[in-house]
Amino acid sequence: MTLSRRDFVVGASCGVGIVAFSALPAQASLLDETISKFTGGAEIIPGGIVLDTPEIAENGNTVPIDVSAPGAASIMLLAGGNPVPAVATFNFGPLSGSRSGNTRIRLIKTQEVMAIAKMDDGTFRSAQATVKVTIGGCGG
Amino acid sequence: MIIKILMTLYITALAGTLAWAGEDSSLTVEGQEIKISAQAPAHAENLDMVYSGWVFRTDETQSLQMDDFDNPAFVFVDEGIDLFSKVDGSEVKSCAGCHTNLADFSGLRASMPKVVDGKLLSMEDLVNGCRVKRMGADPWKWSGTEMTAMTALIGLQSRGMEIQVKIDGEAAELWKTGKELYYARVGQLDMSCANCHEDNYGNMIRADHLSQGQINGFPTYRLKNAKLNSVHGRFKGCMKNIRATPYKEGGDEFRALELYLASRGNGLSVETPSVRN
Amino acid sequence: MAKNVKPRVKVPKSAAVGESIVIKTLIKHKMESGQRKDKDGKTIPRSIINRFVCDFNGQNVIDVSLEPAISTNPFIQFEAVVLEAGEYRFFWYDDDGSVYEKTKKIAVG
Repeated sequence: MTLSRRDFVVGASCGVGIVAFSALPAQASLLDETISKFTGGAEIIPGGIVLDTPEIAENGNTVPIDVSAPGAASIMLLAGGNPVPAVATFNFGPLSGSRSGNTRIRLIKTQEVMAIAKMDDGTFRSAQATVKVTIGGCGG
Repeated sequence: MIIKILMTLYITALAGTLAWAGEDSSLTVEGQEIKISAQAPAHAENLDMVYSGWVFRTDETQSLQMDDFDNPAFVFVDEGIDLFSKVDGSEVKSCAGCHTNLADFSGLRASMPKVVDGKLLSMEDLVNGCRVKRMGADPWKWSGTEMTAMTALIGLQSRGMEIQVKIDGEAAELWKTGKELYYARVGQLDMSCANCHEDNYGNMIRADHLSQGQINGFPTYRLKNAKLNSVHGRFKGCMKNIRATPYKEGGDEFRALELYLASRGNGLSVETPSVRN
Repeated sequence: MAKNVKPRVKVPKSAAVGESIVIKTLIKHKMESGQRKDKDGKTIPRSIINRFVCDFNGQNVIDVSLEPAISTNPFIQFEAVVLEAGEYRFFWYDDDGSVYEKTKKIAVG
């Protein structure tokens, strides 16, 4: 392979992008690992969960998340773009009034937030939502 | 605690899904009506209307302020309540020792800052004045957690009341100084408060929605740092952003600027403790 | 034990038998993620609330595991079905081994 000067300059200027990109597989496997730990490798069927997130988070430090999955024994929230993908797992007890939970989470950047529900019958369901995280213009 | 939320929003989409709630919006918290827009006072000659910073925030941020439980500032208000009855200093006194009824502070926040005996005083001065003179205790740091918890607790007693800061008489000269500071360009970016908060409120500065820079909700809980922020602390942040050397918290410049800014919000309600991004 | 950890809990004073009620909880905690560095470039060690539990008269309502992605001053909202009068007990488990507890009574009728 020959590398022209131009290619080199483009490559160098995209250095940050390359680093981020090369980090992706590791990140993805961490996400996969977290998921399979929860599901035991079982098939996940999309749907059956309502995941309510803001389309745009004004500040990634505090993003309100509401999740609900009727018939779920537990629900796991994941943020694949975060350094640690696991966010929280709600385990519902016998006196739970609904299979739902609401919390506030941190998102390091724009990404897909995922919810996986383990249903009472042992099957798994999932839902995803994109949350755009804005960088304050000023916000000093 | 029954919370009635009443919101009528006339939304003009300015940028994506960021809502810009117009003059017909209203906010009710804990049964108190909060005036989030008003006819601009005559002395804010370049504005027709004044708007609370609340109207510039997203639905999610706005809703955090609509219920006192959802509002994270209240963990600090709770701390303020504990501090209020905590004995401190050589006189072995607490705030509650003299101020037996917290509700007596009702109205105070709406009039601050104000000139007393020729000196311009912020709420922080009143708190530290009591601590030093009456309690024999050390003064609190201007923007420290104790001080902001206390100013939030005291300010809360006036929530919903109309801001009416005095700018005449003894305050006139200081107010003029504050106005000059507001319009003075400073820092490497050579910007004044007015460049963003008067000329461009409602516009986006990169991903952020510029407000009028009203201070009727301070101290305010910011999602950015998850704590209560003082007015002077916020001024410092703005000055750093325009690459200026910030004035001192509790210094003459910020005191005068606080007076001028507070007066630009005359007609809005006290919102303390508000929630912002 | 982390300093100034203060739980807040909102539970209705009474409910009808069989009714589902909304419970809101908030605790003051810095939720240090373990991802941040200090001025000298050293990683600030993780220090979070890692688990939240709500029980009622000895039976579990919800058991939540929390990770560093939970915001400072963790807020958790959920629903509980009311079958009898009694007492809710709330527990927050800190990384440092501390457990913060709060109780709230509810009447029926």
